[in-house]
Amino acid sequence: MATPLRPNCAEDLRDLVADAVRDARAIEVVGGGSKRAIGKPHRQASLVELGDLTGVIDYAPSELVLTARPATPLAEIESLLARNGQMLAFEPWEHGCLFAAATPIATIGGIVAAGVAGPRRVSAGGARDHLLGFEAVSGRGEIFRAGGKVVKNVAGFDLSKAIAGSWGQLAIMTELTLKVLPRPKCAVTLAFEGLDIERAVRAMAAGMGSRNAVAAAAHCPPTGGRPSLTALRLEGFAESVAARLAALIDELADFGAARELTPDEAADFWRSVTTAAPLAGTETLWRAQVAPSRAAALAQSVADEDGRCLIDWAGAALWIGAPAACDVRSAALAAQGHAMLVRAPGELRTRIPARKAGSPALGALEARLRQAFDPAGILDPHRFS
Amino acid sequence: MARRAEIAAALRSFVPDGVIDNERELKAYESDGLTAYRQPPLVVVLPENTRQVSEVLAWCRREGVKVVPRGAGTSLSGGALPLADAVLVGLSRMNRVLDIDFVDRVAVVQPGVTNLAVTQAVAERGFYYAPDPSSQIACTIGGNVAENSGGVHCLKYGLTTNNVLGVEMVMADGEVIRLGGRHLEPEGLDLLGLVIGSEGLLGVVTEVTVRILPAPEAASAILLGFPTTRSAGDCVAGIIAEGIIPAGMEMMDKAATQAAEAFVHAGYPLDAEALLIIEVDGPPVECELLLGEIARIAAAHGATTSRISQNEEERLRFWAGRKAAFPAVGRLAPDYYCMDGTIPRSRLSEVLERMAELSRHHGLGVANVFHAGDGNLHPLILYDANQPGQLDRAEAFGADILRLCVAVGGVLTGEHGVGVEKRDLMPEMFTEIDLAHQQRVKCAFDPDLRLNPGKVFPRLHRCAELGRLHVHGGALPHPAIPRF
Repeated sequence: MATPLRPNCAEDLRDLVADAVRDARAIEVVGGGSKRAIGKPHRQASLVELGDLTGVIDYAPSELVLTARPATPLAEIESLLARNGQMLAFEPWEHGCLFAAATPIATIGGIVAAGVAGPRRVSAGGARDHLLGFEAVSGRGEIFRAGGKVVKNVAGFDLSKAIAGSWGQLAIMTELTLKVLPRPKCAVTLAFEGLDIERAVRAMAAGMGSRNAVAAAAHCPPTGGRPSLTALRLEGFAESVAARLAALIDELADFGAARELTPDEAADFWRSVTTAAPLAGTETLWRAQVAPSRAAALAQSVADEDGRCLIDWAGAALWIGAPAACDVRSAALAAQGHAMLVRAPGELRTRIPARKAGSPALGALEARLRQAFDPAGILDPHRFS
Repeated sequence: MARRAEIAAALRSFVPDGVIDNERELKAYESDGLTAYRQPPLVVVLPENTRQVSEVLAWCRREGVKVVPRGAGTSLSGGALPLADAVLVGLSRMNRVLDIDFVDRVAVVQPGVTNLAVTQAVAERGFYYAPDPSSQIACTIGGNVAENSGGVHCLKYGLTTNNVLGVEMVMADGEVIRLGGRHLEPEGLDLLGLVIGSEGLLGVVTEVTVRILPAPEAASAILLGFPTTRSAGDCVAGIIAEGIIPAGMEMMDKAATQAAEAFVHAGYPLDAEALLIIEVDGPPVECELLLGEIARIAAAHGATTSRISQNEEERLRFWAGRKAAFPAVGRLAPDYYCMDGTIPRSRLSEVLERMAELSRHHGLGVANVFHAGDGNLHPLILYDANQPGQLDRAEAFGADILRLCVAVGGVLTGEHGVGVEKRDLMPEMFTEIDLAHQQRVKCAFDPDLRLNPGKVFPRLHRCAELGRLHVHGGALPHPAIPRF
């Protein structure tokens, strides 16, 4: 195997991409590598490691803005923010544990390129909502910038939205500017035991629809003899959280007795929902997105084929662990949503694309857009084909 | 022009009762909220449904006719300014709320529904639609999607793009597509995110699914006066440093404060160099706690006035002056020109000082209102269009202000859009290469460049020209792949 290419600045990366265009050679770009096992295996592509494009370039806490190079470890950014009482509100998390990586390796570029967001996504928005601007090298071998370094900006097309979640197939980010927010001073998790999925989704919808500013809501079906757990998280200033907690308990009384989880229990619950821990041994792992009102139907249809699920984003996201034979994508489509294949044996990933455009019309539009940014088709073009 | 009768006849075959082609009625559409620019359209068509929009666009594409989409025409950047040789597609008749779902917390509306009407449709159950541009009684959701509209609450609740989950859209060739839906994120590339804020250049939106939120239990405000803009700016930074993100945080300079006070008697301190109105929302206990904290921070930064609203009536009075700031400033001069840059907040004092110098240089007055939380500055330049040369001077002054915003690390427009107004300033913020990357997105959606041409981009390159790939030392790979 050839030695990976390792650019040390944006110009270096630009030249390297221009070389790949000239040689008609596909490249696979890696930050920390925590999500490399997603998509088609054994693609013909030269490896480009971004590891040297690292470090926070600018951080002004009172402007609520942070600028960093793509291979800056997520952990480094989060600890810098935490020291200043701030956070990335979309709650990004490490994918490594899905693939048995022992240490945190996710980078901010990979997080944004894959559109990774945790439970707070439902109230605070996703990676797309927090990327204010970027510099990147497109598949044309050119360095360009889009967006800005301020929190409010509508100058030009919002390319930040398109690049977030594009898995590097439009351009390779060399600098990212993110919106950051104050970290809540206090958080409590209220939990209901024993609700079935239908009632759990209704309880979460009632919580989200209440005036109590629920930050996150998730449901873990019964496992290993333990009853199901439906949890709602409240965050903010302690006095406000206390008032909202009391109101929420009162308003959700129809769903049975609720209890406040201990901080350890809460941390365990949210970690396991985020990282699909209860589904660790399943043959395939999918991430589905639907309207909350469709979540129970989707859960039921995969359960009919021996699939199991975890529900996050108040019903809008499901982790689905299922046998290889279970057609989760069609089930999600039938629920007017979609599903991404996150973990599966290589043979399956060769056959089934990890992600797919929603319709032929959108597929054609996506292809034109990719061609606009990457006319020679060198940016890992076969990962999802 | 010569084709007006032919085009009108063809459009009538699709929309029998919604075509306007006589000069007198066309005049009603000659400008949007940026009234300095005027141009009656070739023909206006007012479709009632998606099928009609699709037929109109498909026909225009076949016939090589340009199309300008229009919502309520409240754009402050000329985004809906007609062209003499383009059909204006007005979406005002598509004004129905199609569905409201309180479990999924969405409303599905046609593009001609006004921003405020969405809130009104869900208010009974205690919900609202968060983005609240000041034109919300008139501006439409379709226009909000085109412009990615904001409002005073967007630091806490986001812009349009953070509150829209899906659209149905007609492409330039008449094809109808759906982007997003009721789920939170798209399956493939985030095309929805590209469409929002694309100023009518990528397609005509015919249905919008918005996220609705439960209205906060209470809201209260504090009125603060400061002896310098610097101390007011430092106070804002101090509030954010304490971990407080208020629902709204507005600043007015002395000129704007005095004009507003004379107009609506809101009780503003006339001696303050800078006025802050800060609103918090949530449970009453949170409002009380945060306003107490904000008052403490303000005192530490030398506030000379500090008044917490004691009731809803007083809170609304605090806002009355700010909300009337534009018309109030309008009383100081026959005309005013509203600008819309964003700056890093830490550069505020410097920008205001420089703006005072520019005011002297151009010989025109300026009053400032400022969304202090997110750094979005609205300088109002005072002029008299009837005095020869004053409009040109106002525009030159405005351009200098926007260059200044970019020079200190900010952007050309925070919420009003580029339109025709700031089109020629885009190179101040973006290089040729940056702009070419944006324009290729336009080409991917609308390869014939028929939709809203002349907006956003200073020079519209042909798509074939933009598609050329520079390759050093070799031939293009995959010569068989079509390139545009």
